[in-house]
Amino acid sequence: MRRAPKDTAESFRKISRRGVFLGGVQLAFAGALGLRMQHLQVDQADEFRLLAEENRINIRLIPPTRGQIFDRNGVIIAGNEPSYRITMVKEDAGDVDDVIARLSSLVELDEDELNRALTEMQRSAPFLPVTVAERVTWDDISRVAVNAPALPGVTPEVGLSRIYPRRGDFAHVVGYVGPVSERDLARYETPDPVLRIPRFQIGKVGIEARHEDTLRGRAGAKRVEVNAVGRVMRELDRREGTPGADMQLTVDSRLQSYIQARLGEESASVVVMDVNNGDLLGIVSSPSYDPNKFVRGISVADFGELRDNDHRPLASKTVQDAYPPGSTFKMVTVLAALDAGVVAPEETVWCPGHMEVAGRRFHCWKRAGHGHMNLEQALRESCDVYYYDLALKVGIERIAETARRLGFGEAFSIGMSAVTEGLVPNKEWKKRERGAGWVIGDTVNASIGQGFVLGSPLQLAVMTARLATGKNVTPRLVRRVSGAEPELAEGEGMGFNENHLRQIRRAMYAVTNDRRGTAYGSRIIDETVRMAGKTGTSQVRNITAAERARGVTRNEDLPWNRRDHALFVNYAPFEAPRIAVSVIVEHGGGGSAAAAPIARDVTLQALYGEDPPLDVYPSKDREHIRSQQERLQQVLRDNDPDGRSRA
Amino acid sequence: MSYLEYTVKTVPTGWRKMLFINWPLVLLLTAVAGVGLLMLYSVAGGSMRPWADPQMKRFALGLTLMFVVAMVPIWFWRNMSVMAYLVALALLVAVEFFGTVGMGAQRWINLGFMRLQPSELMKVSMVMVLAAYYDWLPIRKTSHPVWVLVPVFLILLPTFLVLTQPDLGTALLLVAGGGLMMFLAGIHWAYFATVITAGVAGIYAVFLSRGTEWQLLKDYQFRRIDTFLDPSSDPLGAGYHITQAKIAMGSGGWTGRGFMQGTQSRLNFLPEKHTDFIFNTLAEEFGFIGGISLLILYVLILVFCVVSALQNRDRYSSLLILGIGVTFFLYFAVNMSMVMGLAPVVGVPLPLVSYGGSAMLVLMIAFGLVQSAHIHRPR
Repeated sequence: MRRAPKDTAESFRKISRRGVFLGGVQLAFAGALGLRMQHLQVDQADEFRLLAEENRINIRLIPPTRGQIFDRNGVIIAGNEPSYRITMVKEDAGDVDDVIARLSSLVELDEDELNRALTEMQRSAPFLPVTVAERVTWDDISRVAVNAPALPGVTPEVGLSRIYPRRGDFAHVVGYVGPVSERDLARYETPDPVLRIPRFQIGKVGIEARHEDTLRGRAGAKRVEVNAVGRVMRELDRREGTPGADMQLTVDSRLQSYIQARLGEESASVVVMDVNNGDLLGIVSSPSYDPNKFVRGISVADFGELRDNDHRPLASKTVQDAYPPGSTFKMVTVLAALDAGVVAPEETVWCPGHMEVAGRRFHCWKRAGHGHMNLEQALRESCDVYYYDLALKVGIERIAETARRLGFGEAFSIGMSAVTEGLVPNKEWKKRERGAGWVIGDTVNASIGQGFVLGSPLQLAVMTARLATGKNVTPRLVRRVSGAEPELAEGEGMGFNENHLRQIRRAMYAVTNDRRGTAYGSRIIDETVRMAGKTGTSQVRNITAAERARGVTRNEDLPWNRRDHALFVNYAPFEAPRIAVSVIVEHGGGGSAAAAPIARDVTLQALYGEDPPLDVYPSKDREHIRSQQERLQQVLRDNDPDGRSRA
Repeated sequence: MSYLEYTVKTVPTGWRKMLFINWPLVLLLTAVAGVGLLMLYSVAGGSMRPWADPQMKRFALGLTLMFVVAMVPIWFWRNMSVMAYLVALALLVAVEFFGTVGMGAQRWINLGFMRLQPSELMKVSMVMVLAAYYDWLPIRKTSHPVWVLVPVFLILLPTFLVLTQPDLGTALLLVAGGGLMMFLAGIHWAYFATVITAGVAGIYAVFLSRGTEWQLLKDYQFRRIDTFLDPSSDPLGAGYHITQAKIAMGSGGWTGRGFMQGTQSRLNFLPEKHTDFIFNTLAEEFGFIGGISLLILYVLILVFCVVSALQNRDRYSSLLILGIGVTFFLYFAVNMSMVMGLAPVVGVPLPLVSYGGSAMLVLMIAFGLVQSAHIHRPR
């Protein structure tokens, strides 16, 4: 497109005019900057020179002391111990290699750590202190201090570092701290300046991470006078920071350690909860790991070992893993059915060992069938067909609603990391998530806690506590923060029919105390501490028709990771409930054989607060229990931090 | 006047183009970069690492890029303008999703060998697209409201994206740079009068909004303004920095304390001494003489840009050169005002001197465009 010459000429004139004008403005501004420079550097030079001479005062941050964590009896779970380290400022050191050589003749330096420190010095700004040796002894520190004149730029420093005296016992609950990473910083819009102190440690997982703000405290600051090369001459004044608040947990460390020892190397989890106020007295995931290794910086080999272990020591199984609850879910189904009024306690169902639903055959665990079963008998002997029948009558929506009221599907915020909400399936969920319609077989599976239903060990304990009390008990892990009075969270009634609950409790009592109960082998003789419970065995694999025809393979013949999970939930004492317990042994086999004995031992420990007298056990078990008690006492003595330091 | 109208045969071709490069400008740029390297060497305590060495490599790369860009005819770059703008815009959107967060803001994309800040790229792309727009637009439509709204939209879209990062400093530079481009293109004075009035009212509104539900700025941005107005209100934080920055400059006096002798920067009283506050180190070590010399180098670069633009009778070329000059001016004017306590600290680097890859490379490419317009001007 051609334009009229006049047009272009006018445009050019305009650009020139405005270009010159703007150029003038820019020039004027630059002139103003020059004048400002002159004002600062020439007119006020003497004044500022004086200020600069006086400007020997530097402000340094004082890292706050991290809050400690105690158990319910005041036993320390996470504490601080003094640690000594040696730092070096490249700028002040002058010849780095020379100073390092002199330093290594005084103090033994770790080769790897030294190389890392040297690369860090290369990369970072020359005025930043870099740690060259960590966790050195007091003797090393004194040697460095005495030889300070020969070691320019080298500073011995005393700090606090986190220690977990109970080691693995609380690893999953309390978690651990570690150095601040770039990713940690990115989470904050304006990060607390204290996070930029080299090697400052913050909570990475568990209570340490979730209650970071409570535990960290606020940094103080000190004004120090420095000489011309930046060495601190004296401290002028300091404003102390606020130390982090101490926290007290609801957990009983004695019980926690006992459970950890009792589980040994099993891949298992146990939750012990006060049924009246929801205090978690023990919450153990096994096997565990030593959090102190993470504080010091875990080696790649050690970490690889933890990560690749098929018993998953890093997983916090009590809250983070959701399992099919298996038969422990039957209380939910039966409560839903009772509330809906579709079943009466004495009504019986005929169990021939299987049931045909919509052209598919659903089996009872007992191939030969149970015969006529009423409510109590069905729970006591864990007859599956009885629940299939109830499920068809009551429907999934009512079962799901009851499950939610009992605590399934809720991620309880107790301050641990990665708390799962599990899964309470219903029609709407399956449509949304799986894009498929709900079929009756799904209801049948859900009635015995298989299929889509998933619950965590914590949720199972909550369910048991709510069944035992009829109140909406909510679990809690933090008893109080920094001396504040503990809040008591008594549950309120949930509006379940007390008669229905009593029916279920009686049936649960029969599970452990009736000769035909599935957990009769784990009964307690002493009437004042008897428990009511329910076994569960949840399948990890599908049993095909062909397999069933051959006869279902016995658990012992399967590889470990394909065996069934063993579950048990209970509360005790039956007459006046105090605690609820849930136990899951991964791939442990049957609930009555693998989980119930653990639950009984844990229940008795929790109720007695020490090893229970042998006569509460059935006479045939006593010999075995006595040797087990002796063995565990030995293990606990070996692990006890106080016992070790005395020895 | 459009490219097809002047006689292309009078434009130099091949290696002869090298003779027509604006060599004084090249020398000035190299001199400024040299000052930067010297200061980076000094603040590292007399060491090429960690800053001077990578910065030198980037300048070498930038210089090469400048020559490459300069060799390509300006009409090619004019046709690329819209594309450049769209690419920069796409990168700005991408940084929202894939960007690495640094210092609390999402600003760069990691390319492996360098970290690219798309907001830097946008500064030049915007100058290009606005120059191309006013080159295309018939003159008499320039002040027509509809045709005024188009560039306003072109400016505000990337500004909004940069604001969400959040990077207030760059956003302000984008608006100022774009606005001045429109001014150069010859939009009627009345528009600017209106915008300035509205701006003053807007700033008033921002302050009124403080502490209410619909607060318009983040708390830390308000705090920066507070400390600018009264540095002693935050002696441990930003106010401390401004005070220290002024002390560092002032103690330099006429001739400075000498190379690598600046105590204020060496004792870490200065924050960000290798990036935003590098000018204070220069002023402390080389005094008023050193500071004013750098300022004169900057002004000379501007003068060469304006002269080159006035010689150039092609509308796109002269707008582009003036626009790049203005962008360059805004960089150093804002940075110097900031470190001398004349403006709040908003995080704008000193061009070609502060440590930083994106800004350096983008500026060198921009001066490559200036050179290309200079070489391929109608004669």
